Amino acid sequence: AQTNSSRRPKEERRVRANDREYNEKFQYASNCIMTSKYNIITFLPVNLFEQFQEVANTYFLFLLILQLIPQISSLSWFTTIVPLALVLSITAVKDATDDYFRHKSDNQVNNRQSQVLIRGSLQNEKWMNVRVGDIIKLENNQFVAADLLLLSSSEPHGLCYIETAELDGETNMKVRQSVSVTSELGDPNNLASFDGEVVCEPPNNKLDRFCGTLYWRDKKYTLTNQNMLLRGCVLRNTEACYGLVIFAGPDTKLMQNSGRTKFKRTSIDRLMNTLVLWIFGFLVCMGVILAVGNAVWEREVGSLFQSYLPWDPPVDNFLFSAFLSFWSYVIILNTVVPISLYVSVEVIRLGHSYFINWDQQMFCSQCNTAAEARTTTLNEELGQVEYIFSDKTGTLTQNIMSFNKCSINGQTYGEVTDPLGPQPKRLDFTPFNPLADPDFCFYDDTLLESVKVGDLHTHEFFRLLSLCHTVMSEEKSEGELVYKAQSPDEGALVTAARNFGFVFRSRTPGTITTIEMGRPVTYTLLAILDFNNIRKRMSVIVRNPEGKIRLYCKGADTVLLERLHPCNHELMNITSDHLNEYAADGLRTLALAYRDLSEDEWEAWSASHRCADKATDCREDRLAAAYEQIEQDMMLLGATAIEDKLQEGVPETIAVLSLANIKIWVLTGDKQETAVNIGYSCKMLTDDMTEVFIISGHTVQSVRQELRSEHVNGTGGGEGKQLQCPPPPPPPPPPPPSNLMDNISGEFALIINGHSLAHALEADMETEFVSTACACKAVICCRVTPLQKAQVVELIKKHKKAVTLAIGDGANDVSMIKSAHIGVGISGQEGIQAVLASDYSFSQFRFLQRLLLVHGRWSYLRMCRFLCYFFYKNFAFTMVHFWFGFFCGFSAQTVYDQYFITLYNIVYTSLPVLAMGIFDQDVPDQRSLEYPKLYEPGQLNLLFNKKEFFICIAQGIYTSVVLFFVPYAVLSDATQSNGVPLADYQTFAVTTATALVIVVSVQITLDTGFWTVINHVFVWGSLGSYFTIMFALHSQTLFRIFPNQFHFVGSAQSTLLQPVVWLTIALATAICIVPVLAFRFLKLDLKPQLSDTVRYTQLVRQKKRKPGRLGARGGSRRSGYAFAHQEGFGELITSGKNMRLSSLALATFASRHSSSWIDTLRRKKHTHAHTPPTGAETAVKITYY
Amino acid sequence: MMASSYNAKDEDGHITVSGPGGGTLRSKKPENTAFKQQRLPAWQPILTAGTVLPAFFIIGLIFIPIGIGLYVTSNNIKEFEVTLYDMSGPHQNPFRNCNNVFMYYGLSNFYQNHRRYVKSRDDSQLNGDLESLMKPSKECEPYAYHENKPIAPCGAIANSMFNDTLELFYNDPNGTKIQIPMTATGIAWWTDKHVKFRNPTDNANLTAVFQGTTKPVNWRRPVYELDTDPQNNGFINEDFIVWMRTAALPTFRKLYRIIPKKNSMVPTLLRGNYTLEVVYNYPVRSFEGRKRMILSTISWMGGKNPFLGIAYITVGSVCFFLGVVLLIIHHKYGNRNNSADIAN
Repeated sequence: AQTNSSRRPKEERRVRANDREYNEKFQYASNCIMTSKYNIITFLPVNLFEQFQEVANTYFLFLLILQLIPQISSLSWFTTIVPLALVLSITAVKDATDDYFRHKSDNQVNNRQSQVLIRGSLQNEKWMNVRVGDIIKLENNQFVAADLLLLSSSEPHGLCYIETAELDGETNMKVRQSVSVTSELGDPNNLASFDGEVVCEPPNNKLDRFCGTLYWRDKKYTLTNQNMLLRGCVLRNTEACYGLVIFAGPDTKLMQNSGRTKFKRTSIDRLMNTLVLWIFGFLVCMGVILAVGNAVWEREVGSLFQSYLPWDPPVDNFLFSAFLSFWSYVIILNTVVPISLYVSVEVIRLGHSYFINWDQQMFCSQCNTAAEARTTTLNEELGQVEYIFSDKTGTLTQNIMSFNKCSINGQTYGEVTDPLGPQPKRLDFTPFNPLADPDFCFYDDTLLESVKVGDLHTHEFFRLLSLCHTVMSEEKSEGELVYKAQSPDEGALVTAARNFGFVFRSRTPGTITTIEMGRPVTYTLLAILDFNNIRKRMSVIVRNPEGKIRLYCKGADTVLLERLHPCNHELMNITSDHLNEYAADGLRTLALAYRDLSEDEWEAWSASHRCADKATDCREDRLAAAYEQIEQDMMLLGATAIEDKLQEGVPETIAVLSLANIKIWVLTGDKQETAVNIGYSCKMLTDDMTEVFIISGHTVQSVRQELRSEHVNGTGGGEGKQLQCPPPPPPPPPPPPSNLMDNISGEFALIINGHSLAHALEADMETEFVSTACACKAVICCRVTPLQKAQVVELIKKHKKAVTLAIGDGANDVSMIKSAHIGVGISGQEGIQAVLASDYSFSQFRFLQRLLLVHGRWSYLRMCRFLCYFFYKNFAFTMVHFWFGFFCGFSAQTVYDQYFITLYNIVYTSLPVLAMGIFDQDVPDQRSLEYPKLYEPGQLNLLFNKKEFFICIAQGIYTSVVLFFVPYAVLSDATQSNGVPLADYQTFAVTTATALVIVVSVQITLDTGFWTVINHVFVWGSLGSYFTIMFALHSQTLFRIFPNQFHFVGSAQSTLLQPVVWLTIALATAICIVPVLAFRFLKLDLKPQLSDTVRYTQLVRQKKRKPGRLGARGGSRRSGYAFAHQEGFGELITSGKNMRLSSLALATFASRHSSSWIDTLRRKKHTHAHTPPTGAETAVKITYY
Repeated sequence: MMASSYNAKDEDGHITVSGPGGGTLRSKKPENTAFKQQRLPAWQPILTAGTVLPAFFIIGLIFIPIGIGLYVTSNNIKEFEVTLYDMSGPHQNPFRNCNNVFMYYGLSNFYQNHRRYVKSRDDSQLNGDLESLMKPSKECEPYAYHENKPIAPCGAIANSMFNDTLELFYNDPNGTKIQIPMTATGIAWWTDKHVKFRNPTDNANLTAVFQGTTKPVNWRRPVYELDTDPQNNGFINEDFIVWMRTAALPTFRKLYRIIPKKNSMVPTLLRGNYTLEVVYNYPVRSFEGRKRMILSTISWMGGKNPFLGIAYITVGSVCFFLGVVLLIIHHKYGNRNNSADIAN
């Protein structure tokens, strides 16, 4: 084995149970995990090394090294090292805190207790001490400590149930089963002697795959993922189980999946990087110009001046001098790209993130969740979003279904009679039915009356609802029933029946027990004719206590109404009208019917059914044919209407967002009908749309043709292809195909199916698809896989160069959330996977409008204003050196005192602009929501782009010219009032620096639009700190201590006491600011932006324009039938595999697979494109459990 | 200059009050503080015609009178400049007033602001530090040591000190030349004289103090022989201090002497012809420099400075003119900020 392992260490892993010595030979990783990056000793070197991998930091380090060369050093080393040290230490502190918390959680996880079987007895061990090859015992609701091979469990057949929410985000339970030979081992005594050896694949990150072999007692057993319990799962509904540790610690699939998440950058970031590169180019140009100047000067003037100022020793000619001068100028001009830029940007973003976290109006009190900015670096991009990709279930809808209306025997119930009248009273079922669910809401008491008087149709209606389903019930205590429904629609229907006196109580594989009007009745369940997407219906065949056999069927009206007995014709018409009404209200409908079967009919069908069931080939087709055969000549009972409850404020949010010119695409795994229904109810689709295109072709050609025809011809979209979709809207003005303009001016919507999308996304068709889709007002993609969701997002990113936002709540949205520029997770019921992958999370879709229109808009505005000002102030500051170069022999002499250069960016001018970047508001938040058009400048990238950048730079350069030449002109001949000339270097430096600080302060007061206390404190404080620090640095005290460091002693006082100096500063300020003021005023006066106007009139209450449309009811959509669940559960129930006697197990029906049918289920899932995310797509973030 | 409106924002109606009824579950509801909800009271200035246009007029109205005042003051200052190439000839005295007259020397094309020049000094030595006196800073190279002796004062600045002597004589009509008395003190910054520059010890015998050092290469005399007055000798010699305060620009002037006023009745310099005698030590031709001598009087705002006045008048007029132009533009084309413009 030794040679084996050393020869093929990567290809396989051998683990022998209960044999630590053997396993230690392979040096497998222990179960101790370490996600922290540093310890106390390595922190400094490792962290510094990481930080210097940032280009900016390395650049400044390079500058620092340059400054240490005396011939080049035009500035003291501390002008660079102080800001650099500040930046490095801020980052280091942040990293250290992060790592501290990682250490803490590592410790917490590593010290969890688990029971390990050591020498035949169970001992408590810390998780970190668990070794590969140990057998550990898990109890109910415990986290799995490592990747285990399930050996045995307390449940029959070695089954156990796990929840994998932490791992892949799926909240439903999954079943795992041990290999049959080990499941018999049972108790610890037997397990202690278990010495099987597992040979399996090396550690990898595939969550849904495992392959290995167990060798035990000279036999081979194949191991699959079905036998594995992965770290991160939670054991549910299983008293205890034993497992053999195969992968531990860092080798576990959870940890293998915890890769670094892709770092997202905003477009401003990218623009900023480009601009910084340009500035570097500019810097080099200036350096070259000045170096050439230096060469000329040294040749023409400097060489003659050598008697007074000889060249430094290594310099022997003017060219070498010019070369050194180039580097010297690179040093002093580097402040055009200040190191503090990146830090300030991060600080501002962090501030914005906190504002998002703190926003009360994005707090959901029901779920006690506040909005959270999980990524702090994307805020301003929220102000530029053009496309939103939204999931449907759980995002637009609450995923709560409520029984809303029904039609029984031609009579409709549940209609709220008078919408203007008093709020109808909610029915109280408890006096009538002690088993009623108190949360059930229904308002129409005529239905209850009808039940009470014993109307036969009504009774049969609810009996059907209580029998024809695949719901499991759990009775926690007497009378307290909990239903576990596979789809929320079914749950709603069974709950409705329960409240109206037909209580589904419990089921066994062969029986269903109900309580009908207080009387227990047990039906024999003869067959479940399960649901699938083609059949769009399900039936049960039951024998009632009287011995009569009846088939109950519920399904989509389109399929069910075709299969009725002809005598139902009249009822069918009435019910059909009702169904149309329900559908128009956006409800999900089902039609219900029954059929009495004679004993002979049943026997005959039963035989053919058995035959079909046993068939090995085409089993499904045969079964479908058998089902088809018996679901005929049924009697119509009525129809139900279920409301797929939208989340609060969804239509309003969508309306506001589309007014803000944001295009919303719904990408859902749901069926087309459901998706279209939701599209209507959230007002994405409206009846006054010119055309709703539906693309559902199965082949490349058909999809292409559909796309083309719709692209070219507005009406030609093809009624032929519309399955159950809207008949053309009432009067479609049929535009001739040639009249393209007409088509474009209309409003279109596109609905595309998953299988068509697959073709549309192919390389040769994608441009066509994008152009068609983008011409449409609404796009709905249904039946899409998680991968396709991501592909659609990538497509738009690629072709539209627009900022995209993806919002979703489930694990199937993770890929989309990760590939969009911004991912938003709804923290709902569907686990935390989406939230973990997201950049922002909150609990209600409607918060999106606040996130984008208020926070995003502000962030963008603030960031743009910040950047403009920042580049301006640094150019104004730095370019003065350039002009001075022409007067000081291009010697790289600075204009200012070196301390001023050090502190300018980090003290004198940093806080006011930070305050503006964090707090500025142009219009209040209510106005942003009121006028969604205010969002447009962000989408068009108007506030900070290359043009704006050049304007800032130009303004900065202009300011620097004024700041240099005005003091130059004034001071060159001026004297103090005691006759001493003012043109000495130090006076000049102090005058220019003071003028600069004042000019940029005045400029920030002009730029700041929202003066909070903090802005005042920062602006005045910065000015104050400038004078204070300057007087301190020029004081005698400091000079006496360090005479060589503080040359400027007395300059501040001597300079600032001179009226001429103040007159100079005032003059320079006026010359700098007056043109800006005039320009801004003209812009505001002649071409005011919307925000300016809103700001101006914000006190004038603007009557909000309401979209005064009535909920148009066209009756044009139909068949959003309430059957959104997967098939397979009928089989599950009848197979009895999931039937357990303990009440514990009744709760766990969720997905109790046994190996015989799990494959069927999976196969079906695949065929219906319900593929769950595979391990490869699902990168799991580390979470501690 | 801007419209101010303190805007105490009204509370939004739909902020639910989180009562204590939450039970054991701690509410994660963010605090309702003005800061966290971004509702701090704030001043929101807007640039409107009502604020900007008056601002322009006010700037104009303030700047123009200041400019006129400055211009008139500057014009009243008498300044006389002579280039020190030809030392010939008596000059007419333009000065009439009774105040001090300041004598400057000016140099052109002399780069006192060159980086290597500016840093070539040892402030520690000049501040009287004995250690630095014997071990001048490396910044002074190549003027730190001469013949293995430390140079005091070291560095290129000190080495290139201006050492011409200028003397002014009144040509009495009866033919005699009367030397005009001039003071050589009070020409440097107070802080320079009393703080920044100090002799190594207070010992009166500077010769002993500077024992072991050598004079700068270009100097004729050592530093302790600059003046006979012990308060103006050594490092605290004001001519030296003035030279050491480097100029910002390559053309500069430095205060050389003050001709003190006699009394308020007699002009400081009598009407007549004067002769300037220059002891020409300082070579400037090599670097194409130029030497000047300037005599000037002083007002509250310093010496003659016509630029400032003209600039103020110009800027003030431009502001006023801009105000008028903007007013016209505003009236003709201006947007009235009508709220009806808000398109949704």
